[in-house]
Amino acid sequence: MPTLPTPTSAYGARVRAWDWRRALSPTGNTGDAVFRAALFGCALLVLLLVGAMIAAMASNARLSLREFGFGFLTSSEWNPVSGQFGALPFIYGTIVSSLLALVISVPISLGVAVFLVEQAPRRLSRPITFLVELLAAIPSVVYGLWGIFVLAPLLRQYVEPPLQKWLGWTPFFQGTITGIGLFTGGIILAIMITPIISAVVRDVLAAVPVTQREAALALGATRWETTRVVLANGGPGIAGAIILGLGRAIGETMAVTMVIGNRAQISASLFEPSYTIASVIANEFTEATEAIYLSALVELGLILFLVTFIINAAARLLVWSVTRGTSGTARA
Amino acid sequence: MFPTPQTTRRSGSRAIYAVLLAVALAFASGCSGERADNTATPGAGGETIRLQGAGATFPNPLYQKWLSEHGKLNPQVRIDYQSIGSGGGIQQIQSQTVDFGASDAPMSDEDLKKAPGAILHIPTVLGAVVITYNLEGVAEPLRFSPDVVADIFLGRVKRWDDARIKADNPGVALPATDISVVHRSDGSGTTAVFTDYLAKVSPEWKASPGAGKSVDWPVGIGGKGNEGVSGQVKKTPNTIGYVELVYAVQTKLPVALVKNKSGNFVAPSLDAVTAAAAEMLATTPPDLRVSITDAAGATAYPISSYTYILVYKEQKDAAKGKALVDFLWWSIHDGERFARDLQYSPLPAEIVEKASAIINSITAGGKTLRGA
Repeated sequence: MPTLPTPTSAYGARVRAWDWRRALSPTGNTGDAVFRAALFGCALLVLLLVGAMIAAMASNARLSLREFGFGFLTSSEWNPVSGQFGALPFIYGTIVSSLLALVISVPISLGVAVFLVEQAPRRLSRPITFLVELLAAIPSVVYGLWGIFVLAPLLRQYVEPPLQKWLGWTPFFQGTITGIGLFTGGIILAIMITPIISAVVRDVLAAVPVTQREAALALGATRWETTRVVLANGGPGIAGAIILGLGRAIGETMAVTMVIGNRAQISASLFEPSYTIASVIANEFTEATEAIYLSALVELGLILFLVTFIINAAARLLVWSVTRGTSGTARA
Repeated sequence: MFPTPQTTRRSGSRAIYAVLLAVALAFASGCSGERADNTATPGAGGETIRLQGAGATFPNPLYQKWLSEHGKLNPQVRIDYQSIGSGGGIQQIQSQTVDFGASDAPMSDEDLKKAPGAILHIPTVLGAVVITYNLEGVAEPLRFSPDVVADIFLGRVKRWDDARIKADNPGVALPATDISVVHRSDGSGTTAVFTDYLAKVSPEWKASPGAGKSVDWPVGIGGKGNEGVSGQVKKTPNTIGYVELVYAVQTKLPVALVKNKSGNFVAPSLDAVTAAAAEMLATTPPDLRVSITDAAGATAYPISSYTYILVYKEQKDAAKGKALVDFLWWSIHDGERFARDLQYSPLPAEIVEKASAIINSITAGGKTLRGA
């Protein structure tokens, strides 16, 4: 036979449940509770923002989602006049240009960071650090114009012809040399993400305890071997830096648009013009007046979101699987 | 020897500063494109009438000149114009978020139907699209027949020493190289005019890429904006591209002569563009929504177009409507004299007359705002 709880105990329980201080902070301290609530609010805001963005984009892309369905991801046609839209060439261009940028940028960034932390005398490392960080502050449209007027002609005259001469038998370096295309886009991106990656890696390496180096050297390790110990220690942090750079490369718009050639095609050759998702949105959004056209562009934005998410998740998983079990490592 | 790893520097904070600086610069560069004097100046007594316009980028330099000159004469009226592109201009006038829109291409019947009221087209000036190229050792301006232009941009004429290009350019030493086509990658009125012309002169073009602000180009690389196209043409040998006449004149690009309907090779010039509009008068409908590409007439340049201001025939607010109507009237009469200096072709006299009649037909509460 159920018995009703006594009024006093029910009252007491209610008082405790209603005490928001105790709910938010184990000590029941008002300041701590407010602090915690504020922090939680900030975190929640980010979640809400991401959620709202996805919802808004999905809602605006309805028309295109319904019209093209899954075929949007596999079609290569992009014809605003006839109203046929497919995203495949843009997804391809985005991923390949970003990966190309990483392939070029990561070794250089690591080199810069290792030099600055492990080798450079203080009076050299300070100005170099400053200059590298200055590179990160240049607006991307400036990179783009520099790409058209300086980089592309340089590549056309001095870099692409020898590449084609020696590696032209592979499918990657065939076709007409114009100085504009996936190759130039990748290099511009590499230049843009190098300062970001190297700045973060530098901080990561600087955070590796000096005792690690002392121990390695005490065991008779060379500088090269010591550096490897330091790099291994900074592994997860370095991976984080690379993911940060990749994020910028995927979303970069103006600089890439200027030099990539803006052609919706999939070609194995890096010398051929290509197109990225961010570029096509920037190029066509302002003049897209038909509903289905606009909707297709918004769906591209949604796909960019998804691509970024998948690549980030994959990179995190990779880091996690590589570093599982190691502990006491420095993180960015 | 112990190496000197410098591990104790305050490095984290510096990275943050760098990021902050980058953000600040990005914002600064993002904002610099807009007009800085956007802050409202509360007029004495609050009687200032404010009008908002938005649309085409092509006439923006002229419109800004008009606004400043008109503002000097009428300090009680303050007009702002945002050059956000023709598509945006059409959308904003449809949604009534601006007092006037602006577009290079006239609105389609479909677009007009979407608007909540009757929209009028007031032509303001004329522009042209020119064909520019980069050919070393060719000093004299090239000449092109319409079908050759279309086939170059279709990828059918692939080489500079093609027999058909040679036939138009006797005596010119054309190089035996591939043609690299450069087109606009961003949606633009320039592309709309150019492809409208190509669709008129080439049935193949009309069938395959067609005409529009963005089209599926059969060949070539895309440059962003006039500066992107001209940059790539200037820096890449053996290229051909198209830009606005204003832009070509200001940056001194080589421009080609194009054969018009009467069989004459005509160089793009302000007068040749006005001539194209004048030659098309007979077929210009009363609402002045017309394409004047491929115009006949001995001196007409065939890749020309009007640019329009879009307004509602029935104005909601009589005071604002009156200010708008007066501005439009002033623009196409007194304002036209500023056009030439800024490399825009003025309207032919007959079109000014017709446009005046359209301005006079604007009403508020059923009453005309200007005495007819």
